[in-house]
Amino acid sequence: MTMIRHELKQNRLSLLVWTSAVGFLLAVCILIFPEMKEEMDGVSDMFASMGSFTEAFGMDKVSFGTLTGFYAVECGNILGLGGAFFAAMCGVSVLSKEEKEHTAEFLLTHPVSRGRIVTDKLAAVFFQVLILNGAVYVFSIGSIALIGEEIPWEEVSLLHLAYLLLQVEVAGICFGISAFLRHGSMGIGLGVAAVLYFLNLIANISDSAEFLRYITPFGYAEGSDIVTNMSLDGGLAALGMLYGAIGIGAAYVKYCGKDIG
Amino acid sequence: MNAIELRGLTKFYGKSRGITDLSLTVKEGEFFGFIGPNGAGKSTTIRTLLGLIKSTSGSAAIFGKDTVREKKNVLAQVGYMPSEAVFYPGMRVREVIRLSARLRKADCADEADGLCRRLGLDVSKKVDALSFGNRKKVSIVCALQHHPRLCILDEPTSGLDPLMQREFFSILKERNAQGTTVFLSSHILSEIQRNCTRAAIIREGKVIACDSVEALSKTSAKRVHVQGEVSVSALDHVRDLQQNESGISFLYGGDIDALLRILVKQKISDLTISEPDLEEIFLHYYLDGKGDIK
Repeated sequence: MTMIRHELKQNRLSLLVWTSAVGFLLAVCILIFPEMKEEMDGVSDMFASMGSFTEAFGMDKVSFGTLTGFYAVECGNILGLGGAFFAAMCGVSVLSKEEKEHTAEFLLTHPVSRGRIVTDKLAAVFFQVLILNGAVYVFSIGSIALIGEEIPWEEVSLLHLAYLLLQVEVAGICFGISAFLRHGSMGIGLGVAAVLYFLNLIANISDSAEFLRYITPFGYAEGSDIVTNMSLDGGLAALGMLYGAIGIGAAYVKYCGKDIG
Repeated sequence: MNAIELRGLTKFYGKSRGITDLSLTVKEGEFFGFIGPNGAGKSTTIRTLLGLIKSTSGSAAIFGKDTVREKKNVLAQVGYMPSEAVFYPGMRVREVIRLSARLRKADCADEADGLCRRLGLDVSKKVDALSFGNRKKVSIVCALQHHPRLCILDEPTSGLDPLMQREFFSILKERNAQGTTVFLSSHILSEIQRNCTRAAIIREGKVIACDSVEALSKTSAKRVHVQGEVSVSALDHVRDLQQNESGISFLYGGDIDALLRILVKQKISDLTISEPDLEEIFLHYYLDGKGDIK
């Protein structure tokens, strides 16, 4: 518990900033929805007829004029991307920062096994992801209630669940990468998250790139698909969890036998 | 019981040497010095001992426990002070010290308070704002607050002012008197000579001498200072000859009688013949490359 608490304390500012930023942006989007809805009648067609752009963001499947449609696309971009960036940053830095900041010599000469350190640090990453998602969920529901719309509980919950899974996967993969790095690199984490995001945009645009959906977690966390089908693609999500688990497994294997420089 | 036992410990970083076939025994209760210049392999030895890095071959045991298989138990009995004292940014001294104790699942508040008082350490300061010397003090507290059976100290005095160094060694000596084994790695010989009972000299990854500090300091060679118009070119066994304005100084390993016969014929205003200090002997271990001084 000492390590988990220590990690959470070390990262509290970053968690606060990211949670506030993502929560604030989502809330702003929801708060402008009533205004958007009025103008949407004319604009909806336009949004639906922008070719690849429309497909890339799944706007061919949902209507921007409905709260769920609007939320699915906006949420996908804000929480999907913002959450993925946060999860990636947390994951990629949590193990490597000890060596980068030269604190590994302090930490690893205490009677705590490497396996224990990996477990506690992983738990701290997941805790932070859960806190961000929990807070953002509350922000969202609160904002929807504020604009007087009926709360589409099922859609919103399903979307948030999908993005939570996405972040867990990204965090797991980046956690694995973290064990191999000596000079903790935020850049690598952010790069991984960004690449995964763009892979899904490409998969959405081109049929021949459809297979990319099996690689990127944004494939199963596609807001427009989720609200259209009212379900998550279990197969893709399971595959994603497998990728995350591989990352975590790699972290244990690498970190437990690593020479600390 | 042996506090530390290294058997044929070898570590290569890729192809570059860390330490090769290093064997060493430190008995419980000793104040042991580990001497060598930078890059000789002192830190590599310590880091292998603490399980930070894996040895390529050989084994290490602390209090009879293998440092790889029983690492956690081993570390519970060790207090380590790294040469670079770095802590988590944003934390206060008090928090770092408490974190260290918690990681050991120990309550060392009283001992920590006592150590901080003796070292004049302000626990309310943020570690980022501390000078190198003050960070070292935090390291000292973290290494000693849980009363370890073995203290491993890597270049502990760098950054500490002379008064603080004295206080630090007096704390170490108290602990040593209470039975704590101290393993002091340093390139400052006077520090080793003043405080340690036994020492090992490491050179290019190998232990080239290991004996009591007294025995290491004792050689048949003498340091000879002569003032006046003197030449010793007729003498054999003269090394490290230094000429200065008023005379000469050299290490002499030959027959004293022969030395005196030569000197008596010359115009001398002053003469001192003394035991060379450890520093001189040490330099010769290195300059010679033979690991042997006569």
